[in-house]
Amino acid sequence: MHDHHPHHPHDHDHDHHGSELSPMEARVRALESILVEKGLVEPAALDAIIDTYETKIGPRNGAKVVARAWSDAAYAQRLREDATAALAEFGFSGRQGEHMVAVFNDRDTHHMVVCTLCSCYPWPVLGLPPVWYKSAPYRSRVVIDPRGVLAEFGLQLPAGKHIRVWDSTAEIRYLVIPERPAGTDAMSEEELAELVTRDSMIGNGLPRSPERRA
Amino acid sequence: MNGAQDMGGQMGFGPVVAEADEPPFHAEWEKRALAVTLACGAMGHWSIDASRHARETLHPLDYLGSSYYEIWIKALEKLLASEGFVTDDELRAGRALVAPRTPNRVLHAAEVAAALARGSPSERPATQPARFAVGERVRTANEHPAGHTRVPRYARGRIGRIEQVHGAHVFPGTSAHGLGEQPQWLYTVAFDGRELWGRAADPSLTVSIDAWESTLEPVA
Repeated sequence: MHDHHPHHPHDHDHDHHGSELSPMEARVRALESILVEKGLVEPAALDAIIDTYETKIGPRNGAKVVARAWSDAAYAQRLREDATAALAEFGFSGRQGEHMVAVFNDRDTHHMVVCTLCSCYPWPVLGLPPVWYKSAPYRSRVVIDPRGVLAEFGLQLPAGKHIRVWDSTAEIRYLVIPERPAGTDAMSEEELAELVTRDSMIGNGLPRSPERRA
Repeated sequence: MNGAQDMGGQMGFGPVVAEADEPPFHAEWEKRALAVTLACGAMGHWSIDASRHARETLHPLDYLGSSYYEIWIKALEKLLASEGFVTDDELRAGRALVAPRTPNRVLHAAEVAAALARGSPSERPATQPARFAVGERVRTANEHPAGHTRVPRYARGRIGRIEQVHGAHVFPGTSAHGLGEQPQWLYTVAFDGRELWGRAADPSLTVSIDAWESTLEPVA
């Protein structure tokens, strides 16, 4: 433990002296250079990790899975029975998705996912979590007032609809399979994937309707 | 521990504010913070549970005043210092001052894709049968350990129903403290909203947590 850092990030602001580095930029650079100097981390490995989450892994992965589940009843069944294995059919596996469960919205139930204790999130299918998912407002409220949270995302569910919130308190990660929008019978799997938003796979949104396809 | 990280049911944080077309990172340092955290974890000297505990043991003012990646970096500095990889003097100086402790492993670029695709599964072979079955009623223990726990305060001492049985998984209560994996059966336990939040609760709400066997008691 060290006590030389003032504890609020903004406390550092007066230390800039014209430097363009923010306090956290300077702090992380210093840490990285110590670790590299000591041979504990390899810079190229850091670049490879960043590249993975910037360009290779993101919510388009999950959208492909949802579109397949909508198009292929046998696949949907495999996803229900063993989501980890069903996702591996796409090559989606690994860190923060080692043990996956898919939860299916239907006429009666709307699912929402949170991690109140940290910010657990299914990285292989959704990428890194958005800031709001990691934020105190979401983590504190979705378990007690999910309809209030949904309203802030512009979503009003019927009063009788059952809301099922999954607090990710272990290493099980949850993927919401939203309901297939009406009017999409003729669409291909690729077209369907375009309707699947990240938020619809967390539970704070619904898929796009076909006429509003981005 | 009853720390600032245990947010479920707290009030006063304001609305959830989403950013349209949010990028994966908001600054260069956030990228490096993610990468050094994962690369240092790959050295193999602490568990993900120990990482979480390092984060939740930040002072509540610090935890609540820090962004996600700021929390990660502050926790990583603590872990590196406590494991003898980096000294406080080095963090102050911003450069290496003493010879490094040799890590178990160093993650190389060529191994990154495979390491991320493999992850760190927490399931272990079960050595005894599960105590609870799907549908059974259980009560979460009303315990307030000073160390790491994954039972959120809002769900302690509450009656729920076993909804899924997930096999035996590494127990964070020991794993976070270097006391071994001590795997236990893991369950999804679902609670009626009114059991958690009282009569004013949304009547359409069910909330589940994932809970290890030693944190659950049978309900007659």
